[in-house]
Amino acid sequence: MKPRSAVSIYGWGSYIPPYRLTVAEISRVWGRDPVQYEEELNVKEKAVAGPDEDSATMAVEAGRNALNRSGISPKEIGALYVGTESPPYAVKPTATTVAEALGVGPFSVAADLEFACKAGTEGLQASIALVASGMIRYGMAIGSDTAQGGPGDHLEYTAASGATAIIVGPGSKEAAATLEGSISFVSDTPDFWRRYGARYPSHGEGFTGEPAYFKHVEGATRALMEELGLKPSDFDYVVFHQPNGRFPLTAARDLGFSPSALKAGLLSPVIGNTYAAASITGFSAVLDVARAGQRILVTSFGSGAGSDSFSFVVEEGIEARRDKAKRVMDYLSRRVEIDYALYLKFRGGIRLGGGAK
Amino acid sequence: MTDNPVVAGTGLTKIGRRWEDSLSDLFAEASRQAIEEAGIQPQAVFVGNMVAGELDGQEHLGLALEDGAGVFPLVPAFKVESACSSGGSALFAGYMAVKSGVYDSVLVAGVEKLSEEPSDNVTSALAEAADADFESYYGASFTSLNALLMRSYMKEYNVPRDWLSEIAVLMHKNAVDNPYAQLRKPITVDDVNRSRVIADPIRLLDCSPTGDGAAAILLARPELVKGDVQVELAGMGVGVDTIAVNGRSSLSDVPATAKAARVAFSAAGVDVNDLNLIEVHDAFTIMAALALEDLGVVSKGEGAKFFHEGNAERDGKLPVNPEGGLKARGHPVGATGVYAAVEVVRQIQGKAGKMQVPRAEIGAFHNLGGSGSHAVVGVFKRKR
Amino acid sequence: MTVPRYWRNIGAYYRLEGIKCKNCGSLTFPPRNSCPKCHSKDVETVQLPRRGRIVSFSLLRSPPKGFEAYVPYYVVVVELENGVRVFGTLTDVFGEVKEGMEVEAVFRKISEDGEEGLIHYGTKFRPVARGC
Repeated sequence: MKPRSAVSIYGWGSYIPPYRLTVAEISRVWGRDPVQYEEELNVKEKAVAGPDEDSATMAVEAGRNALNRSGISPKEIGALYVGTESPPYAVKPTATTVAEALGVGPFSVAADLEFACKAGTEGLQASIALVASGMIRYGMAIGSDTAQGGPGDHLEYTAASGATAIIVGPGSKEAAATLEGSISFVSDTPDFWRRYGARYPSHGEGFTGEPAYFKHVEGATRALMEELGLKPSDFDYVVFHQPNGRFPLTAARDLGFSPSALKAGLLSPVIGNTYAAASITGFSAVLDVARAGQRILVTSFGSGAGSDSFSFVVEEGIEARRDKAKRVMDYLSRRVEIDYALYLKFRGGIRLGGGAK
Repeated sequence: MTDNPVVAGTGLTKIGRRWEDSLSDLFAEASRQAIEEAGIQPQAVFVGNMVAGELDGQEHLGLALEDGAGVFPLVPAFKVESACSSGGSALFAGYMAVKSGVYDSVLVAGVEKLSEEPSDNVTSALAEAADADFESYYGASFTSLNALLMRSYMKEYNVPRDWLSEIAVLMHKNAVDNPYAQLRKPITVDDVNRSRVIADPIRLLDCSPTGDGAAAILLARPELVKGDVQVELAGMGVGVDTIAVNGRSSLSDVPATAKAARVAFSAAGVDVNDLNLIEVHDAFTIMAALALEDLGVVSKGEGAKFFHEGNAERDGKLPVNPEGGLKARGHPVGATGVYAAVEVVRQIQGKAGKMQVPRAEIGAFHNLGGSGSHAVVGVFKRKR
Repeated sequence: MTVPRYWRNIGAYYRLEGIKCKNCGSLTFPPRNSCPKCHSKDVETVQLPRRGRIVSFSLLRSPPKGFEAYVPYYVVVVELENGVRVFGTLTDVFGEVKEGMEVEAVFRKISEDGEEGLIHYGTKFRPVARGC
């Protein structure tokens, strides 16, 4: 898909909470060999949101960072999408809380989107379209999650918390990067789901691999490259959805991308899987370092299932914007290790009574 | 305008966990003592109370209490509330009522029950003295707001922790002799310093306890009060400041107290040096130190030192809280101001028993609401 | 906290909005109907700076209802860059807290009205990490 008029990224920003729970610590509690997870998944630890954080609060900080880089007033934002599978409310949009906190609105499109780990890039597709159509000038897409896995379950080792916001607007060299094209590829593939009322998700273990992640990530990426007439060597950076530290490496190899192109945008080994924020936080880390003229591929994956794939070319305008907000590395370097008990306390694994009047 | 009101009678109840007594029962106990001593009936009643609405679901409290008690014929009844200075404010209302000539005799009662709900609920109710939307909303406990003042004070004036602990020790020592007191066991500086932290630097033994109690004073026109000793409510003043701590000009003094004292002393025609004893609002040890400074007993930063040097003892330069203060006598919040007033009156009457200070002609009491927002000061004088 | 009361305070809670008096120029937080200095009704909403320094603090260990999950936490008075003082709490404290420390405003969850009621959000303060 190519927008009728050019669309560029004006601002990007992330938020990763400071707490880290190591795979070794989770293994200790559940009597597993940490090597099983550390090696097999290539994940050492995950980021955990604190007790006063949720998908809304993280989205706000990421959004603020993006606004600072964009240099635009929040009143100029015409759409705000929050992609999440852990919204604070089942019914009450996170997007309006985030909009109020950032000063966006009242005249703005706003909604929460759900498509597992690709809800963030869903919002990006929608924002791009609204900008390209001329209906809005700037749009903000946020992916934010405080992901949970069942106690002792395979997913618990990687389900993590984080957020990233991307602001798009009319194509310009003064922006950070310009979109060349995007594609979305979906099917009803039940690899991971959560029914209403269920506290933790269910997943298909091995089924989440070939028929799910790889089919959609590789399918979308190949289709995009074909439409744009590009090959893997045309890209300086590639970012894939990163449920662990292995799948992206395998996808890169399958598609013909070199591991070095993957490096800057592969964060799951040290923060786990931030779900709707995962691929776009990797993208954010790339934008923190990319130079004008470089080309970036981003392909997300959301269970249930689908992928969005984008190709961006970095503009000169990125230099002036980069230092206007905290970088992903700044959040990564703020690291406070917690134990399993604190993790349970923080993430509601221990039910507390009461509540404010 | 008439002469200053005179105290016709007083009443006190023992402070503690009064399981068998309702708010009305406590009110009845204190008011009956005051009325029987006075030999006259009140024409109106002013009740100081802070949280009966919140914890007991009873607003319309003035009427609820006098009706529930049945000690005297029903008269106009008003609840007066200004957080922890509700008692002092109720007394101020009574003072105005008699001094203005509108009423010949009024009963002022402070009544509060804090022991029946889980402590969390009580803490939340008492936090309503703070700014609900911008202090309590964010998780401030009342103690933590006072802790900000304690930290600022200790840092600004280099006051050792022990000096503040010594205040609590003196209060407990004094309350050993007080049959109405909630806490009557002596404590040591070490006990205070090792007690658990509530909100640093305030520890458990820096804080007054919560309990149930009622105190009453019957004020009347002088010609209605017989007897050899007449104690006059010679002057009262109220001073205020912002409700929330962020609006204060300083975090290490309480200008509201200074303002209240100026008005009270001026009305009473006295100077702080004329006082023979003083009751200060030691809800936390820091507040006792600040009170002495803001009342003008000592200059800024010297409050804790005054206690440390033994000047506050019953036989000291200026006895402070000879009955044990809020810390040991107790702090049934809305009643406290009336307790303090009654204690001054009984000292002047020579009825303080083992707690009697050597000289008691002129005494003052101080009652503070919020973290420094609403101060009431009253001066009692022996008239004859 | 009733729903309308929370809703009325959203500007102050979420965006640290105060008022500026058009008559005397004073800045006040929290916002009010009239200027507390000159009492003029001619006031406008302003967003306050998001950085400041700690004036005083206390580590609270005995919480009011609803705040048990956060204990222990610091209550603080912060003087913002433009001189306006606000009361608040700290979050993400991983070292010593001192008077004069630089802090930045962050949007966080304050409390919840039980499991079915509203989630209350607001502004907390976070120590500024060096180099940020």
